[in-house]
Amino acid sequence: MVIIYAETWENEFKKTTFEAISYGSKCAQEMGVESIAVVFGNSVNPIGELGKYGVNKVIHVQEIDEFEPYSIALALSDITKELNGKLLVLNGTANGKSLIGILSSLINAAAISNVTSFPINHKPLTVMRSAFSSKGIEQVSSNSDCTILSLVPNALGIISNGDSNPSVVLKKIDSNHKTSILQSEKESGEIPLPEAERVVSAGRGLKGPENWNIITDLAKVLNAGTACSKPVSDIGWRPHSEHVGQTGIQINPELYIAIGISGAIQHLAGVSRSKTIVVINNDPEAPFFKAADYGIVGDAFDVVPRLTETLKSFKK
Amino acid sequence: MKILVCISHVPDTTSKISFVSDGSSLDKNGVQFVINPYDEFGLTKGLHLREKHGGTVSVLTLGDESAEPTLRKALAIGADEAHRLNGVPHDGAQTSEEIAAFIKRNEFDVIICGQESIDYNGGVVPGALAAKLDLPFVNACISLDIDGNNVKTIREIDGGKETAKAKLPIVIAGKKGLVEEHDLRIPNMRGIMTARSKPLSVHELIESKTLAQSVSFSKPPEKKEVKMISPDNLEELVRLLNEESKVI
Ligand SMILES: Cc1cc2nc3c(=O)[nH]c(=O)nc-3n(C[C@H](O)[C@H](O)[C@H](O)COP(=O)(O)OP(=O)(O)OC[C@H]3O[C@@H](n4cnc5c(N)ncnc54)[C@H](O)[C@@H]3O)c2cc1C
Ligand SMILES: Nc1ncnc2c1ncn2[C@@H]1O[C@H](COP(=O)(O)O)[C@@H](O)[C@H]1O
Repeated sequence: MVIIYAETWENEFKKTTFEAISYGSKCAQEMGVESIAVVFGNSVNPIGELGKYGVNKVIHVQEIDEFEPYSIALALSDITKELNGKLLVLNGTANGKSLIGILSSLINAAAISNVTSFPINHKPLTVMRSAFSSKGIEQVSSNSDCTILSLVPNALGIISNGDSNPSVVLKKIDSNHKTSILQSEKESGEIPLPEAERVVSAGRGLKGPENWNIITDLAKVLNAGTACSKPVSDIGWRPHSEHVGQTGIQINPELYIAIGISGAIQHLAGVSRSKTIVVINNDPEAPFFKAADYGIVGDAFDVVPRLTETLKSFKK
Repeated sequence: MKILVCISHVPDTTSKISFVSDGSSLDKNGVQFVINPYDEFGLTKGLHLREKHGGTVSVLTLGDESAEPTLRKALAIGADEAHRLNGVPHDGAQTSEEIAAFIKRNEFDVIICGQESIDYNGGVVPGALAAKLDLPFVNACISLDIDGNNVKTIREIDGGKETAKAKLPIVIAGKKGLVEEHDLRIPNMRGIMTARSKPLSVHELIESKTLAQSVSFSKPPEKKEVKMISPDNLEELVRLLNEESKVI
């Protein structure tokens, strides 16, 4: 069996969940076994939708309605052991990152994070992963009977040609928590960074937080998430949760637009996997141009609002 | 309060990463090793907790002798004592098993790890450690307040944050926010002098199993040459994004 954690956020599946389901279901086919998604929470709708991504069966645990890492991990580990799961697939989201270590111990399974490829071998299970903050690619294989993989968001795509009508089984598991959640709050833009397909990011070149409207306007026409360089969040111009780079969030969107960011090695480490990189900087010598696909030498305050307008008329 | 800070010993963030010619491992030639940046936040947090609640800050690494300067640096920054588990870390399962065995022999109230090691980017050790010790775990921890036995923490979630409470002992995996950048301490002369006389003990491994095996390493493909576009021709950029890269 292949078990897949079908993560939800505010009662909806995340985009990364469809990636995990597609991945796990494809692996299950290759292995000649069934794929099973595990969904938590009370009012998740509509679960059958997961069939589009090829899953054979869904286990719905209604009692556990919030993300408390230990209780989710314990439930996933119980289900994996009970069904003799050989592969457990997680998303590389904040929640997936909270789970992978705990699960590794509870199941006594190899835990491979940051996975960027489908298995290149099933016996032993072997995959590629990103290491050294995207400066290296590692081939890893598992020595254990069951293996846990967590996928880099946006790296492996969604396969939506399935038409299975998965059976949904309710399973009762009591919450067995070790921390109690008091409150959750959303902080930044509507689109969570790790799964954003497009990201508009700015650095110290913007001069001050009051100038960020040109960034958010551009992000809006592109339906993009917003990010920033480390010093920008250190000085408090933008929230910490927008800080990308080696010591911030690592992302790999389809499109990354870097505005007024010099392109320091630590910044590149978090964004260099982006498929297309656009750099806007008034210094032609800025190191970021070497890592870019498209570059514009110009003043952000002049170029960015005009780019927003150009995109608006393009969209019409 | 007994505080343990787990430190991994990693290439400096500015290092150029390359691999030995058969791709079997990192080429360590000319690479400077430092305290993992996430663990620097953890170490400073440990010192803050000691200042507030009293007690001791111990630092620990699983590594060979070459990791000792990193432990000495942590002592110079202000830790009270250092422990080195004598061996080579292979994967999260083995590393957490070794650290858990050490912790079972030496009780701690607060165990502080970093969110991930910036070399292999595993992000497995802290949670695996918590589960082996059967303790509460908070990943991506950006705030930790302790009052008696009660702990209040904030963890970062995708696009926001979440507040939770728990009881000591606890394992956290910290990042910036746990303390701020400007709180980070650098060793001063006096610290460096006293570090020499602080205890650094070496412990043999219990020889636990490695579950994930590295096969080989390679470099990601190089980017092709950048296309420069005139700031007066933004239509061209939009066209390329649409027709060439197909991202809009
Ligand atoms: C241990 C460690 C970890 C780190 N981790 C990270 C990390 O995770 N993420 C990260 O981002 N950094 C990280 N850094 C910091 C990194 O080294 C750089 O200092 C940082 O990325 C620089 O941010 P910046 O590009 O916004 O600012 P600067 O380097 O000051 O660059 C500003 C840029 O804006 C341009 N500019 C100025 N005015 C304009 C204008 N009007 N229009 C257009 N362009 C303009 C300038 O030409 C310049 O290139 C780390 C550093 C260390 C030591
Ligand atoms: N070899 C090690 N020795 C001590 N602590 C470690 C070691 N490896 C990882 N850790 C701890 O676990 C955290 C996450 O590491 P990792 O799971 O390797 O990404 C680090 O920030 C350290 O706190």
